[in-house]
Amino acid sequence: MDLLESLVRIAWLIGAAGFVFGLMRMNSPATARNGNLISAGGMALAVGGTLVLLAVTTNPDSPHPGLPIAGWVIILAGIAFGGGLGLYTARTVKMTAMPQLVSLFNAVGGGAAALIAIDDYLRLAAPLCAGCIIPATQGIQGIPLEVSIPTVLDIVIGGITFTGSLLASGKLMGIISGKPIKVPGGQLVTAGLALIVAVAAIYLWAGNVSVPVLFVIIAASLIFGITMVLPIGGADMPVVISLLNSFTGTAVAMAGFVLGNDVLIIAGALVGASGAILTKLMADAMNRSVLNIMIGGFGGGEGTVSAGGPEGGTVRAIGMDDAAIQLAYATNVIIVPGYGLAVAQAQHAVRELAELLEKRGVNVSYAIHPVAGRMPGHMNVLLAEANVPYPQLREMDDINPEFERADVALVVGANDVTNPAARRAGTPVSGMPILDVDHAKSIIVIKRSMGRGYAGIDNELYVNPKTGMLFTDAKQGLADLVAAVKAL
Amino acid sequence: MSTELLAALTVFVLAILCGFAVISKVPATLHTPLMSGANSIHGIVLVGSMVIAASATDLLSQVISFIAVAFATMNVVGGYVVTDRMLQMFRRKPVEPKAGAAESPKA
Repeated sequence: MDLLESLVRIAWLIGAAGFVFGLMRMNSPATARNGNLISAGGMALAVGGTLVLLAVTTNPDSPHPGLPIAGWVIILAGIAFGGGLGLYTARTVKMTAMPQLVSLFNAVGGGAAALIAIDDYLRLAAPLCAGCIIPATQGIQGIPLEVSIPTVLDIVIGGITFTGSLLASGKLMGIISGKPIKVPGGQLVTAGLALIVAVAAIYLWAGNVSVPVLFVIIAASLIFGITMVLPIGGADMPVVISLLNSFTGTAVAMAGFVLGNDVLIIAGALVGASGAILTKLMADAMNRSVLNIMIGGFGGGEGTVSAGGPEGGTVRAIGMDDAAIQLAYATNVIIVPGYGLAVAQAQHAVRELAELLEKRGVNVSYAIHPVAGRMPGHMNVLLAEANVPYPQLREMDDINPEFERADVALVVGANDVTNPAARRAGTPVSGMPILDVDHAKSIIVIKRSMGRGYAGIDNELYVNPKTGMLFTDAKQGLADLVAAVKAL
Repeated sequence: MSTELLAALTVFVLAILCGFAVISKVPATLHTPLMSGANSIHGIVLVGSMVIAASATDLLSQVISFIAVAFATMNVVGGYVVTDRMLQMFRRKPVEPKAGAAESPKA
């Protein structure tokens, strides 16, 4: 190993350390931005080092020293094209559209990882016998297992992530229906694809070299990604997006094994592990297993069940002025925002109301359920964008004991995560951790109608005698509340 | 099993454990930026894409590596920029409209 290569490898190591250190600094809002910059610095160092290494070292496949012109063109044009696209979309995206953009970036990352393995396999197979099949029995020196195992895994995981993330992104954008789409026999197709991939993988691992079989794996993985995400509904997206993020990390680590590159292995494994933890956290927050979510969402329309609780309670509607008086003369108010708030673009309106109440001496905090929004922690970002100071954003376990001391709990656009039916056995939401909104002295729910949430059951909170319903659009309702409080 | 593979596997397993340890402490408030930040980190696949681009000699390989480089760069650049945009919004105190406009640094 010459001096230059040693230096570049050290640069990769420093880059990897930057990723770890950057992630560590993500555990507090005060240091997180700096952490992201450290991580970006690590990335710049690793990529820059690679470019220097490629520019100087002799390519064994080429008669000329250094990077051939074609290589320069491919790399620079690719960086300019992809970088421009990434920069533009990242700068212009609205914060509500964040999950679909992250999902899109995830898709291209997984796609790139799969392409590396595909390219590597084609190159290894070409001198053996281009495009044809060499059975293991012919005794030709094939592709060793330590290459073929990560190659196949990279293609399978990367392929699934590519189409799966694109579809998730499309669902979040609304291009494809966000509802769970269930095709009769869809699970059979998914199982069939998994079987095809498994058989093809074993065939290649047994020492056979075959480009057509490789393409069967590519195609089956791409279709698998679609059939996997199609039956999953919008409210389960936090789990799906973190799972796919974890997949991409793993695919990148596999690409690292294919190329024998440590920095890819380290960064990929880091992301794979972190994504797995987030996936688990999200699934726990819904009291469902990851497998259960992947197999299909509940409440897909036909299966709407009664909560089986005290039926026929009466719903009490209250007026705007009544609600304004309750809020304005309270000591403690807890706002419970849900994704409906973001859909109505009411983040700024809710912040305005909160500030107004604070000026009157009311303590205001926000209770945020872990799965509020369309990706983990999405609601926090939306409220931060609306200029809500982060110390006011409180996590579920932290704020639940405080509902008892709250004079008013204001629920805007949240439904299933406030349903007390979750505490009882035998309902679709049973066991799901919820916000203890019903412990507040008084509850105001801003809601357009009595429609059901994602779980497809009635919310018992709405028939609680302490609950007053304000039937209106979230944004308009909050604006009216602001006006009503001001008029007091 | 070659020594290189064994070393690579060691690195892989240790990095996974490191990932578990680092992430477990992140509060829910930061889960979106964390995921977006982790998302940009797997853009390191750009290094691999550049390596295959450098040695691509036939047209198919060149096309594949161009797409890989473009995809990976989009992942890296977009990921870091969007994460920074998000984190920039997390503030301890509400920003006064005037002061905010003056002090907010350009990303």
